[in-house]
Amino acid sequence: MGQTTAEKIIANAAGQESVQVGDIVTCAVDLAMIHDSGGPRRVKPAMEKLGVGVWDPDKIVLISDHFVPCTDAESANILKLTREWAAEQNIANFYDQQGICHVVTPERGHLRPGMFAVGGDSHSPTGGAFGSYMFGIGATDMLGVLVTGETWIKVPDIIRIIWSGRFGAGVAAKDMALKMSATLGMDGGGYQAVQYSGETIENLEMMERMTLCNMAAELGAQAGLIEPDETTAAYVTAAGGDPGNWQAFRSDADAEYKVTHEFDAGDLAPQVAAPHSPANAADVGDVEPAEIDQFYIGACTGAKLNDLKMAASILKGNSVATGKRLTVAPASSRILTQATKDGVIEILLEAGASLLPPGCGACAGYGVGVLAEDEVCLASTARNFQGRMGASTSKIYLASPYTVAASAVAGHITDPREVIN
Amino acid sequence: MSGRVWKFGDDVNTDVLAPGIYIKLPIDELASHCLEAVEPNFASSVAEGDIVVGGKNFGMGSSREQAAQVLKELGVAAVIAPSFGGIFYRNAFNLGLPAIVSDDIGKIDDKHELKIDLKTGGIQNMTTGTELTGEAIPDNLLALVEAGGLVPYLEIKLNKK
Ligand code: SF4
Repeated sequence: MGQTTAEKIIANAAGQESVQVGDIVTCAVDLAMIHDSGGPRRVKPAMEKLGVGVWDPDKIVLISDHFVPCTDAESANILKLTREWAAEQNIANFYDQQGICHVVTPERGHLRPGMFAVGGDSHSPTGGAFGSYMFGIGATDMLGVLVTGETWIKVPDIIRIIWSGRFGAGVAAKDMALKMSATLGMDGGGYQAVQYSGETIENLEMMERMTLCNMAAELGAQAGLIEPDETTAAYVTAAGGDPGNWQAFRSDADAEYKVTHEFDAGDLAPQVAAPHSPANAADVGDVEPAEIDQFYIGACTGAKLNDLKMAASILKGNSVATGKRLTVAPASSRILTQATKDGVIEILLEAGASLLPPGCGACAGYGVGVLAEDEVCLASTARNFQGRMGASTSKIYLASPYTVAASAVAGHITDPREVIN
Repeated sequence: MSGRVWKFGDDVNTDVLAPGIYIKLPIDELASHCLEAVEPNFASSVAEGDIVVGGKNFGMGSSREQAAQVLKELGVAAVIAPSFGGIFYRNAFNLGLPAIVSDDIGKIDDKHELKIDLKTGGIQNMTTGTELTGEAIPDNLLALVEAGGLVPYLEIKLNKK
């Protein structure tokens, strides 16, 4: 029987010819990514207790993104500790305030097809866009990886999701992700591995693929993978990485899937998820009207270069509705640089947006730009759990950058296709 | 182990367990906000040895380990649910907090007394006198619970080398 991309990577990392679904195997970790929130400040005390250092500094990528820029003495201390730990442990791949971990790591060429990787963050499935098996783990799990270089995994079932057709103007990968959450539920992935396939996926550029894999977390999947192809290899090479023998990590034609779900991109409408779950997504036209205070373009999910371009395509020559605010936090410094060169930032600012520095910003309620009591936000982020972006009574709606931008202009939730056409 | 039940619904997420806005605070202060969005009395009233029973996908959401750590901090002895957010599930065992998968939670109500056999996954509802079934905990995870979590487990393993 053939194997899927996920099974091939796990078998390779476990040093076996093949693996069976349900096996508990120990895998060598090719890359461990950690950030300022779940990283050094959480693992340092236990590492000191154990009296050991990291297993291999070159296989660790450390990023400060959650508490940046610091807003008070506590967050400043967290960042200070992060920097000191990087020096202590000789972490050369330390990106301090350069953007969000899930975006910076591949941007700097650290991910490649066939890697078995862990991240100290739940949106680590983003790495699946690069043909890596990458999943999120908590701080103590990460501690185990940092000191031993290995971790256990229960070989997951593989859920295949096939998308066919091409979506229309004003529709994006974010809408696909929300549609899947609504259809399959927040536990549709059952902590198994999702493989996205089909012509829609093959035609997606890398940043859109990242959005899809990122939100495998909102399906409750452990990992979300796209089989590596020429598009993947070209991105990895351009980022200074080595795509290696990526062909070897494509799923075999006779591989088996636990279940296959099929979706059609051709009739996909822009999606909006009402509070407090991404699974509350519905076609934009079917969402009850709501007063929105803050429009937010941010996060690893919704502030990559293409996301900013989507917003700019709508905001060009328009302005944010009176009495409303549009806040933009680009996902990385490199993206901010490119978006500045491309004139994208100028369009956003001229429309009345306020710009936050690259980082997680308001997405997890840790950084800058959070919500006050009872405020309502429409965001291009991944998650709208109760109180996530600030005060516990605040509410979040989720949508694509197109929809957020079109709605910011109108002052309420709006179908971006009305603006485009 | 045995204890009194706090029962919650489906999809209890990590942001509700350990709210982001308090995440910088020391664990005891963060714990005082645990679940406040759904049950304001929980953190102040939960007692050592109590058992949290949740609906499907308990602990879904972020990787923040504090979501499991606050329960441990408040003295919760175990969590039972029909399914767990995968990262929460791993985190719980890494901290020595057993997470038991059971489809029988319909037979448990708030404030019931339960007795749990971690090895077999068997659950006795002492209040109603019924036997419920849960899944046995895999050996590698039981070893973590027995050691008291991954750190003490590694301490033993690394010292043996
Ligand atoms: S931007 Fe939001 S979802 Fe992405 S890593 Fe940061 S907090 Fe998590």
